[in-house]
Amino acid sequence: MAPQESTPIAQPAGLPTAEEIMEPSPMAQMRKRVFGHYGIIIGGSTLLLIVLVAIFAPLLAPFDPILDQDLADKLKPPFWHDSPKYDPAHPLGTDLQGRDYLTRLMYGAQISLLIGFSAMLISLVIGTTLGVAAGYFGGRVDIIITFIITTRLSMPVVLVALAVVSLIGSSLWIVIGVLGLLIWDQFAVVMRSATMQIRNLDYVAAARACGCSTFHIVAKEIMPNVVNHLIVVATLEMAHAILLEAALSFLGLGVQPPTPSWGLMISEAKGMMFFDAWLIGIPGAALFALILSINLLGDGVRDVTAPENRN
Amino acid sequence: MLIYFLKRLGVAVLVALTVSVLTFSLIYLSGDPAMALAGEEATEADIALIRRVYGYDQPIIVQYWDWLTRALQGDLGRSHYLKEDIADVIFTRLPNTLILAACAITFALVLAIPLGVAAAIRPNSLIDRFALTVAVVGQALPSFWFALILIFFLGIQLRWLPITGTDSWMNFIMPAIALGYYVTPGVMRLTRAGMLEVLQSDYIRTAKAKGLRPIRVLFKHALRNAIIPVVSLAAVQFGFMLGGSIVIETIFSINGLGFLAWETIQRADLPMMQAIVLVFSIFYIVITFLADLLNAYLDPRIRIS
Repeated sequence: MAPQESTPIAQPAGLPTAEEIMEPSPMAQMRKRVFGHYGIIIGGSTLLLIVLVAIFAPLLAPFDPILDQDLADKLKPPFWHDSPKYDPAHPLGTDLQGRDYLTRLMYGAQISLLIGFSAMLISLVIGTTLGVAAGYFGGRVDIIITFIITTRLSMPVVLVALAVVSLIGSSLWIVIGVLGLLIWDQFAVVMRSATMQIRNLDYVAAARACGCSTFHIVAKEIMPNVVNHLIVVATLEMAHAILLEAALSFLGLGVQPPTPSWGLMISEAKGMMFFDAWLIGIPGAALFALILSINLLGDGVRDVTAPENRN
Repeated sequence: MLIYFLKRLGVAVLVALTVSVLTFSLIYLSGDPAMALAGEEATEADIALIRRVYGYDQPIIVQYWDWLTRALQGDLGRSHYLKEDIADVIFTRLPNTLILAACAITFALVLAIPLGVAAAIRPNSLIDRFALTVAVVGQALPSFWFALILIFFLGIQLRWLPITGTDSWMNFIMPAIALGYYVTPGVMRLTRAGMLEVLQSDYIRTAKAKGLRPIRVLFKHALRNAIIPVVSLAAVQFGFMLGGSIVIETIFSINGLGFLAWETIQRADLPMMQAIVLVFSIFYIVITFLADLLNAYLDPRIRIS
């Protein structure tokens, strides 16, 4: 038989090309899911805005959050109060010490984000180590670590944090450390069960059969497959830490004055609730927006990375 | 069931003992408790006296053993500040906190379970979206800020409810809402997820095919199974409410354990602080223990595994 000459098949006009029929690449699909998700769009953009405000607070804020106080200018109302006392230099008014509220709000974002992120990182390291160890090794290690988790859960976070801070004194870094050492339980619980599900899968067995070290298996085979759970818990715990800091500061045992913390601002304005409720409304709304945006982003990450786990 | 019970009891006792060690060592975080107690103007002789009277000169193991054996007999020592028996103080404050927590968990369950069921019956409907909004907002509302908002609108503007104290049942409405709202999202999501799963199962289809009334299928057949995990979540949340009660009771001046905890911490009353952390933790351990037993009773699969 004569070798057949291969003639290129002519592309019929009007039909889509091969590239157009082909499934979009995984990255493109992911992009589509991410940008089609309302939670991620709204939460992500709000969070980005707050982060940018926090980073550029020294450039954006019209005043100094602590030094620029003038008792003659105290309790100026915000712009939506139709009052002759309103001063355009202070769009969100001034607090009891005459400090610009907008400025303090911007710097307060720094405190919330710093504490939330650092405390979350500490608890992430502790919780992930414990959880992955318990899930991967199982047996006695698992029993001991589960016991540690149970013990930690039985001590109320707010109470222990308040007690410890009152005993060793309170500063920004102490609050971060105490919260970080207290809220790792969720990381441990989630990482433990996620690792357990993966431990017995074929590719982990294959890695083990190849003689990979335990470190290699955990770092290269397990971690990449649990990282989506890790991100979801990380967002939740960051929100948790921010709420706890605000509550501690509100109770007077967190960040100390004159640091502009949102919880502390609410606490300082507590006595003014009858006449100047906006003093409480503004920092509370900021706190609410921040927590909401972080939670929306976390829920979004969960939906996008594991659509089958939705709800 | 007996083996499960004994195992679970053993764990609970071990956890309680570990917590007691941690609680006891808590006061040594400040360095020397005698020095902390004596204050800044005390002389060396004062401190030495305090150390001897309160037993801080004993080895720590001996101190712990004394403290633990007395605590087991219901003697939690005397408050440095109030000069009263700690167990008495705690018992007089306990009812207010229990009432508050009970009201709060009732509020949360009454709001969350029907909402979760309704959302599961029609996924992605308007009511499902509403339920999701309630959950997302509830998780993001700082409880102390929410409490202040309630005070502002219901207490100051509308003058419907009293703001502070425990004089009547009206005093508990706002604190219960503020404390309970935080629990609602978790319970709601769990009810919804459980119902969604159960409603797809074969026995529900069978029940529907038999021609049972939809209401009966929903509540008698489906909810019964879907509610099991909610029971243990509610118990755990009831335990967490003690922690939350610190903030809420302080705002509403409710004379309960949470307010006591805050006062104690403010006064650096070390023996009282130990006692309160211990009581809160033991309370949580007992509650979760009972919840596990109830769960094992409701769901036989748990006690077999």
